Amino acid sequence: MKKLVILGAGTAGTMMANKLRGALDREEWSITIVDQFKTHYYQPGFLFIPFGIYNSHDVIKPKSDFIPTGVNMIYSAIDRVEAESNKVHLEGGKILNYDYLIIATGTKTFPDETPGLQDKLWHKEIFDFYTIEGACALQRFFKGWEGGKLVMAITELPYKCPVAPLEFVFLADAYFTQIGIRDKVDISYVTPMPGAFTKPVATKMLSELLAEKNITVIPDFYIERVDNDSKKLISYDEREVEFDVLTVVPVNMGDEMIERSGLGDDMNFVPTDKETLQSKKHENIFVLGDASNIPTSKAGSVAHFAAEILFENLMSAIEGRPLHAKFDGHANCYIETGFGKGALIDFNYDTEPLPGTFPLPGLGPFGLLENTKINHYGKVMFRWIYWHILLKGKELPVEPLMTMAGKKKVN
Amino acid sequence: MAEKTLAGKTVEVNDEGYLLNRDDWDKDLAAEMAKEDGIELTDKHYEVLEYLREKEAAGESLTIRKVGKSGITDIKGLYQLFPGGPLKLSSKYAGIAKPASCV
Repeated sequence: MKKLVILGAGTAGTMMANKLRGALDREEWSITIVDQFKTHYYQPGFLFIPFGIYNSHDVIKPKSDFIPTGVNMIYSAIDRVEAESNKVHLEGGKILNYDYLIIATGTKTFPDETPGLQDKLWHKEIFDFYTIEGACALQRFFKGWEGGKLVMAITELPYKCPVAPLEFVFLADAYFTQIGIRDKVDISYVTPMPGAFTKPVATKMLSELLAEKNITVIPDFYIERVDNDSKKLISYDEREVEFDVLTVVPVNMGDEMIERSGLGDDMNFVPTDKETLQSKKHENIFVLGDASNIPTSKAGSVAHFAAEILFENLMSAIEGRPLHAKFDGHANCYIETGFGKGALIDFNYDTEPLPGTFPLPGLGPFGLLENTKINHYGKVMFRWIYWHILLKGKELPVEPLMTMAGKKKVN
Repeated sequence: MAEKTLAGKTVEVNDEGYLLNRDDWDKDLAAEMAKEDGIELTDKHYEVLEYLREKEAAGESLTIRKVGKSGITDIKGLYQLFPGGPLKLSSKYAGIAKPASCV
C-alpha cells in the first residue's frame, strides 16, 4: 500500500483530500490527513462578525463533515516532518510514513511579534479579526462604542487575504453611518505599503473609493511597537498614529512545525516552485495554499485554483511523468465595499487587476474593478458555494488559469 | 525606460531609476545613485546591498523584516541607513528590481 499524507485540513488540505480520494485507487493508496483542530472555520466570514452581519455559528462546521470516506483523519498536533526519511512525527510520538506529502498548514497570525500588541489592551481596545475570538470581541466592543479614532493597521507583508483590511474599513464606514455616529468616527488605514494596494490600476480605483468614504490612508508606515499607555502606533522611523480603537493584521508566518522541520524560509513559509507547486528541496513534497512562499495572494481562491494544478502534477509524479501543469498565480477576490455593494479583482503573477467582466467576457455578471450590487451578492452566495462545492473538490465554472478574455487593458 | 550615465557608465534604468540589468551594477554606480538622494554610502550600507543582491539572485522575496534578521543591522538601523524607504532605496542602490509586495 502506498501512502499519501496531507498536513492540514483547512481549505487547501480538505479540497485535496476530496480530489485525490476520487482519483487514487483505494486498493493501492491510503490517504491520511492530519489536523489538530476539529472545527472548520469559514474564514471569509470573520470579516462580517464585528459588524453583527454574521455570528460565530455562521462560520463554524465540524471538519469531519468535509472529509470523504476512505480518508483517514487524524486529530493531532504535528511535531515535525523528517523529509530525508519520508516521515511525519506527530505530537506524542506516533510516526506516519509517506510516499508523497502535501503540506497545507497555512499561515497564522503572531501578534507577539510586534511589541505592545498583545498587551493590556489586547481584545479590549486592540483587536484582530483573523481569529474567531478577536472578531467576536470586536463585535461586543462596537456595540457599546460611541465613537473616536478607529485605526486599521497592517503590521507586515505578506498577510492572509490582502483585501480584508480594506473591506473592514469600508464596512466600518457603512456600519457607523447606519447606526448614526459616522460623524463621530474618524477612520484611518495604516499600511507599510506605499498605497492602498500594490498594483497601480486597483490602487487608483480603491484610493478613490477610500477618499469618497472619508477614510484616511497613512502609507509607508512600518509599525515598530504599540504604546498601550498613550494609545499610539509608533513606526521604525519614529512617526506616531493615535488610536482609540485599533484593529490590526498581526504578523503572518507559517506554522511553527515548518520551522521545527527545517522546511521553511525566515517567515516559515515553504520554498515552493511557483509553477509546479513542488517543494524546491524535496521531489515528493508538494505545497498548497498559504503555507507556500509563492509570490501571490494568501487567499482561498488561490488555493482553489492551485489545487487543480497540484492535482495534475501529483498524478504525473506518481506515474513518473514530467510535471506539465503550470500555475500562474491566479487570484480572484471579492471586495465588500459596504451599503450592499462590492468590487471584484482577478489577477495573476504577471497581470495586475484590470477592469472588465467576470467570468463571462462582456456579460459578467460580475464587474471587475467596479463597485456594484451584483458583486456583493457574489460574495454573499460564496459562503454556500464554499461549504457545498469548493471544499468537496467539485468543479466550479471558473478556469484555474487566469484569462484576459473580458478584461480591458489600461495604459 | 531611459538611459543614464552613472559613474562613467551608461546604463538602462526604469522611470523610477532602478537598473534594468543587475549585471550593470558596481559599487561606484551605487555610490552615485545614493548621492543623488543625499546619502553617503558606508561599509555598512554596502553590506546591506550585497546581502540584497545575494538573496535576490537566490530568488528569495525581500522584506524589511528579512534584512532586519540578517545580522547586518536591525530594522531601526536600516531606517537610519536608508531614511524614508529602507527597502525601496536599498534595492535601488543594490541594482535590483524594486521588491513587489504581493497583493
